[in-house]
Amino acid sequence: MSKLNLGIYWAASCGGCDVAILDIHEKILDVNDACRIHLWPIAMDFKYEDIKELEDSFLDVTLFNGAIRNSENEELARLLRRKSKVMVSFGSCAHTGGIPALANLYDKTDLLNRVYVESESTVNPEKIIPTPKTEVEESCLEIPEFYDRVYSLAQVVDVDYFVPGCPPNPERIWEVLELIISGKELPPKGSVIGATNKSLCDECEREKKDDKKIAEFRRIDRMIPDPEICFLDQGLICLGPVTRGGCGLQCVKQSAMPCRGCYGLPPDISDQGAKMISSLAPLIDSNDPDKIKEILDQQPDLAGYFYRFSMSESYLERKKP
Amino acid sequence: MKKIMIDPITRLEGHGKITIFLNDEGEVANTYFSIPELRGFEKFLEGRPVEEAPRIVPRICGVCPACHHMAAGKAVDAVYNVEIPSTAKKLRELFFMGEFIHSHVAHFYALSAPDFVMGPGSDKAKRHILGIVEKVGLEIGQKVLTYRKHGHEIMKRVGGKCTHPVYNVPGGVSRPLSEEQRADVRKMAEECIELGQFSLKLFEDVVLKNSAYMDLITGPVYRLHIHNMGLVDENNKVNFYDGKVRVVDVKGSEIAKYSPQEYLDNIEEHVESYSYLKYPYLKKFGWTGFNEGEESGVYHSTPLSRLNVADGMATPLAQAEYEKFYDAVGGKPCDMVLAMHWARLIELLYASERALELAVDEEITSPDVRTLPTETPSEGIGIVEAQRGTLTHHYKTDKNGIITKANLVVGTTNNNSAITMSIKKAAASLITKGKEIDDEVLNMIEMAFRAYDPCFSCATHSLPGHMPLQVTFLNPDGDTFKVLTRS
Amino acid sequence: MNRDPKIVAFLCHWCSYTGADLAGTSRVKYSPHVRIIRIMCSGRIDTAFVLKALREGADGVLICGCHPGDCHYQSGNDKALKRHIMLKQMIGQFGVEPERIRLEWISASEGDLFAKIVDNFTEQVKNLGPLNWKETMRPKSGEYHEQT
Ligand code: SF4
Ligand code: SF4
Ligand code: SF4
Ligand code: FES
Repeated sequence: MSKLNLGIYWAASCGGCDVAILDIHEKILDVNDACRIHLWPIAMDFKYEDIKELEDSFLDVTLFNGAIRNSENEELARLLRRKSKVMVSFGSCAHTGGIPALANLYDKTDLLNRVYVESESTVNPEKIIPTPKTEVEESCLEIPEFYDRVYSLAQVVDVDYFVPGCPPNPERIWEVLELIISGKELPPKGSVIGATNKSLCDECEREKKDDKKIAEFRRIDRMIPDPEICFLDQGLICLGPVTRGGCGLQCVKQSAMPCRGCYGLPPDISDQGAKMISSLAPLIDSNDPDKIKEILDQQPDLAGYFYRFSMSESYLERKKP
Repeated sequence: MKKIMIDPITRLEGHGKITIFLNDEGEVANTYFSIPELRGFEKFLEGRPVEEAPRIVPRICGVCPACHHMAAGKAVDAVYNVEIPSTAKKLRELFFMGEFIHSHVAHFYALSAPDFVMGPGSDKAKRHILGIVEKVGLEIGQKVLTYRKHGHEIMKRVGGKCTHPVYNVPGGVSRPLSEEQRADVRKMAEECIELGQFSLKLFEDVVLKNSAYMDLITGPVYRLHIHNMGLVDENNKVNFYDGKVRVVDVKGSEIAKYSPQEYLDNIEEHVESYSYLKYPYLKKFGWTGFNEGEESGVYHSTPLSRLNVADGMATPLAQAEYEKFYDAVGGKPCDMVLAMHWARLIELLYASERALELAVDEEITSPDVRTLPTETPSEGIGIVEAQRGTLTHHYKTDKNGIITKANLVVGTTNNNSAITMSIKKAAASLITKGKEIDDEVLNMIEMAFRAYDPCFSCATHSLPGHMPLQVTFLNPDGDTFKVLTRS
Repeated sequence: MNRDPKIVAFLCHWCSYTGADLAGTSRVKYSPHVRIIRIMCSGRIDTAFVLKALREGADGVLICGCHPGDCHYQSGNDKALKRHIMLKQMIGQFGVEPERIRLEWISASEGDLFAKIVDNFTEQVKNLGPLNWKETMRPKSGEYHEQT
């Protein structure tokens, strides 16, 4: 069997997705046997030119991680789409915007000002903000254009499969790679792979009350949660109900912390935040509007919890400019 | 004027870019180093409950997420003005040592060692980790992979999750360590000490005993006379998790020693429009441009600077290596950029020894891992020593603990000016009139910035390969007349 | 507002829809800019419907259900109330004025009230100006552009 041509790329990424691929450890050698990796910036040498020179659709599969934050990310996404038969949106950032997309709740100018002008340690009386083109004494220097919001990969190019997670669990990554390498028939285009079709709550072993009631929203800063009982039953926000299973319960079980939803939406859910409101709100233990407001005031950052990883793919996508 | 573009540098295409201008004499006139990336955590932390910060900020970097997790955790404790139980402190430090082990092992074997073990002038096709495996033997190669895994496994045992941990909570950590987990960690830490010793031995055999390499290390091309920064404990020993930031000048005298709350009295950041990465400098001297020397504000924050600012290492084996190191390089402070690799290995040994110390600590399995905050949250600063430099997180909150302002001075950022200058020096020493600009230039430049283990390169950590460099030579009209690449 | 506001109203089948019907049959005049969608119970409104309506072009969303205690399914309207308050809080973070969504209780006999609420809400939304979410969200030139 001829080797599969594989590409792995990072756009606006933290590198954690690549580290997660490395974390399949010894199995990386199996991947190496079965695939020829043409592009993987974190681990090997490559140049844009090399990719440009490939025939279109030369790469059998590209795993693309990281969100689309600037013009260079977008260019690379388009280039790799052209060069790849199968484009996989890999990790939360590419899948749904991920943590970087929290920036969609702010204007670009405010963001740049905060970082380059206002920040406590910055001294910038001339209010210099990095710009795509800078004339220097000798010539002109160019850097990519910072976009006014973060896009998911699928908002920019056509995507065949999605692997959720921030980062995806190495065990699931191996399953995905094994599937690709095996040459078996792949699931229908648009499928989420490397995760289950259940919700995280279905997999969670914590003790759950059937009749959940939330009399107050609590925060972990003021309490030590019980390690055996469902976080929601303790008044702590946990995104388990609106999150796809498959992560190996890394937060809720291994780390004794509530879920923030990095595995994205379970099947048949279109917007993580909306679904969270639909399922969470009815649990509030009062029918009195004032009391309800009072309880909700304890949680002033609903958007930051409910769209922690999925802002780009939410119905509203970003703050109104 | 000729323009030379190196785009990309390092293993991550597009995440770093060097432009070198030559004057009409064909000498280096100026060097620019640009980082094309920004995500803006400082802004989008605003509005989030502060206890969420330690869960959000690890995404700044997936290679060193625990550094951000720790700095944030400490900043949040400070926001609530809470003292964490001593077991929690030890657990955090143990968790953190796991990351140091993983990151330093990976950097040394995948990035630095190829140049030394194989030699800077060796066949490029062999100058990567597999080449090393060939040279030192497969068994050891596999060991190296295992130890990198150990680093990660220590983190998982202790904190439950390694890449993007969710372990730190205000006043402590989310769960205690079981005896079973402790036993695993202990075993792994013991093995890591062996690897640390082995690595230093390897370095000694192939580098220190080779006069050509020593000439390279001690030669003028890779020396940079700048100030040094690093975290030290109360005895002025190197510490990664806690202590004060000590700054020692080019001559070795202490010029500052500050606690986290005082960082703004000591450092400031400069902005250039051609890079998304800021340039920190010592406030005392002000922004003096990319200049070396006593009067310059430029400092570095690296394994080497950490050794330079300290009076020694807090563990015995590392201390012995520390002494040997300064004997060999001729005393403190050492200004040899390439000696960073050596310093990094001493740190690896320290991290492993420290991990073992903590793993066998009586208290480490105590269930007392949390002090519940009782005070009204307000403002806090947390500093740790990240693998790639002193890391500062600063949060302000309203009375409900919602972040109103966040400021971050990230590890690699500290070294932005130093890297720019090291590149320029390396380039200037090789690009001279009448001399053909060739592949050697690439390698020299590459070695200059690789020593810093720069994280925008998020430089990686375990597979074959090396820096993809492409240098484009442009004539005065900006047309390309020569392209050099290495593969 | 230089165009008429677009308002989507979700009405529960058992009370509010009948109330609106009554307004119609008794020829009570009310603002014509409302598109009515009948659902079985206000408790059946998924928050996603509301967000989707806003995204797809509605300037305001009105939800009507039976008065407290009168829900045909016991507690559907309680759920609707809680979701509504929560959503109001959240859309503020997206810069959407919370006044663009409204929840009212309308019984089968309150045709007049329905008409009044619609008029009042229309006025309120009109004052807020168009939302135009989709157009506003369209990427700026140079971003996320189709490659030619
Ligand atoms: S999905 Fe998570 S791990 Fe992957 S690049 Fe984004 S932030 Fe990093
Ligand atoms: S809400 Fe969280 S803690 Fe509760 S069952 Fe679901 S995943 Fe588990
Ligand atoms: S528990 Fe939730 S946030 Fe944590 S890894 Fe799993 S899906 Fe992601
Ligand atoms: S049936 Fe009218 S609100 Fe439930």
